[in-house]
Formats: sequence, C-alpha cells, structure tokens
Amino acid sequence: MKITRKEFLELTGLSVLAAGAMHAVHAVKAEEAARPSTAQADPPKKQMALAIDLRKCRQRPGCNLCSLACHTTHNVPQFTDPRHEVKWIWNETFAEVFPLDQNGYTRRNYTGSPLPILCNHCDHPPCVEVCPTGATWKRPEDGVVMMDWHRCIGCKYCITACPYDARSFNFSDPRKALPRINPDFPTRTLGVVEKCDFCAERLAKGEPPACVEACPEKAIFFGDVLDASSEISIALEESYSIRRKPELGTGPNVFYFL
Amino acid sequence: MRERWLILLGYGLFVVFFTFPLWRAAAVGSSASMPRLQSSPAGQCVAPVEQMRAAHMDMLFQWRKDAVRHNNLSFVAFNGKVYSKSLDGTCLSCHDKQQFCDRCHAYSGVSGPGCWNCHNDPRAFAPKVTP
Repeated sequence: MKITRKEFLELTGLSVLAAGAMHAVHAVKAEEAARPSTAQADPPKKQMALAIDLRKCRQRPGCNLCSLACHTTHNVPQFTDPRHEVKWIWNETFAEVFPLDQNGYTRRNYTGSPLPILCNHCDHPPCVEVCPTGATWKRPEDGVVMMDWHRCIGCKYCITACPYDARSFNFSDPRKALPRINPDFPTRTLGVVEKCDFCAERLAKGEPPACVEACPEKAIFFGDVLDASSEISIALEESYSIRRKPELGTGPNVFYFL
Repeated sequence: MRERWLILLGYGLFVVFFTFPLWRAAAVGSSASMPRLQSSPAGQCVAPVEQMRAAHMDMLFQWRKDAVRHNNLSFVAFNGKVYSKSLDGTCLSCHDKQQFCDRCHAYSGVSGPGCWNCHNDPRAFAPKVTP
C-alpha cells in the first residue's frame, strides 16, 4: 500500500489528537469520580435551627436588641448608606418577609411590628452550591452554613443565589464604620461577604447564639431540630410555625410562630 | 580609537556606581540591625523556638484551617500542654504584634499576609470613631 506524504501527516496528526483527547476524557472522569455527590452525602447528625416566637416579639414594639447584640458581638459595620448596609440579623416588615401569607388580619395586626430575619442555614443552601472557592459550606456536624472569610474572593455569587437576602458585601473598609470594635472577634475586610453563622465561636464554647441570649422576652429558641427532646423541637411540636419561602426547596431552618 | 579612554572611564564609573551600596555598607556599616525579639513571657512557646522561627507560618496556616474549617480548636503542644488554636487568643496573649510580628517582618522584608486586615491586635487596640 502506498501512502502519500500528505496522508501520512494527516494520519499522524489525527492519532496525536485522539491520544490527547483520551487523556482529557480520563482526567475529567477521574475528577467526577473523586467529587462527592450531594445525593450520597451522609445525612447530617444535627441540624441547628432557630425558632422565633413573634407573639412575644410583638410584646415589645420597636425592639431590636437581638440585632444590636449580634452586630456588636461580631463587629458588623454600620454603614449609613443603605446600598452598603451589612446585616446579620435585622428587622423587616411582615409584608416583606411573608409576602404570600398576608391577609386583612395580618395587614391590620402585624404591619406595625417588624420581625427579625437572618440566614436560614438551609438544608440545601444555594449559596454553598455557587461559591467558587469553597469559602462557604454546610458544616456536616451541626448543619450550620459557615463562612471562611480568609477564602472569600468577594465574587458575590452567594449574594445573588441567596433567596433570603441574608448576605452582605463590604463595599468599603468595615473598620471605618464601627463605632466600637469588640477585640474578641475579628472584623472583616474590604471586598468580603459576611452573614450570620449562628455564633459558631459561641457554639464552640457551649454558649447559645448572642441573639438568643439578648432577647428579653426569651422569644428565640435555638437547638437541634433532629433531636426530638430539644427545647426547639418541643416548641415546634406545640405551635404551628411558618418558614420563609419553603416552596423554593432550600429547606430553611429559621421558624416563626405567628 | 581616541575614544577608548572615554569608554573605559564610562565602564569604570558604571562599576563604581553599581557597587556603591556595597562600598558604603563596608565603610559606614549597615543601618539594618537584626531585631532582638523578646522571648515569650510565659517562657515557652507552643513549639520550640527554632521550629517557630522556621515554620510559624505553616503552623498558623494549619491552625486556621483546623479552627475555621474543621471546628478543631485544641492544640496539644510538644510538651503536652493544650492551647486554643487562636491567633488573637493564644499567640497575641504572649506576643506583642508591633514588637514581635511587625519588627521581624519589616526587617526581613516579608510583608505580612494581611492577618491584621481583620484580626485585632488587643494591645494596640483603641476605640474607633464613626466617620
């Protein structure tokens, strides 16, 4: 069989290309196999959750002690420009928080009583799905959606992904917007996203979150919802509760008693 | 060929200027003096001095990973003592940031990895005023 120079070169080129493609396919396959699938992940042993009794909240109109305690403990900057606001737990109107649960009675009775909202520490957190650096993750031991500020590159994908508006971005140096710095907790820096982490630093010491402790009405329950004997589970068993946007399938873990 | 001496003079001047820092240092001595760091007031750091000097950055990196990502906060030192893996809580409870970290980093020309953009120095801590 005769082969021309042109045919020889074409065949050689194609063979090299095919060999290269095989390598690429193998590399991708190996990576797919190494990545733990979310479906196969072990179910969490614990799931920390918060339940807020709004009946008690309404006893103190205008109260924001939970937010104040949280923000002073964690050095959350107080930017005056609303576009730059940084918040971990804050008050919002009933219409904003539960837009689909409104009726004449809620409009009449709840309009004047803003309610506290925060990160929902979802069962399936969309922020974790989109984070390109692994700076945010769901802690397997207690279900807290954590943040590693060292690793956050400030891309803000998580802010876009979160349906609860629970994440804030530091558009300018947060230290300049702190009337007082709590030396026991780090601040954040320019270009980093932050949010509530259920007071991971306090949980490590066996203390409840700062908001729970600060509430004068003891309206906030905190604990493991997978443990049927926990205080929060009993409270949830006893009263009807609602969550924010459960229809999205994120599995929010902040409950409200109306 | 008459420019030969001019060219050689140029070369000579270049060599003199280029090596000027060396001459000067030999003549007047270096202005940089190696910082003499105070040892830990507690007497013993979480690891032997040589190890800390050579690899404190690796330890800090490991501590950060353990504490933030794995919620593993206790460090058992070589002598069996248990410490909390905390930069502000453990390291800075003995060491002074300005007298210890900053001086040596400035001397060796190694800019810090931005620890203090977020972590607070408890000693140099002063109340800030809202802008």
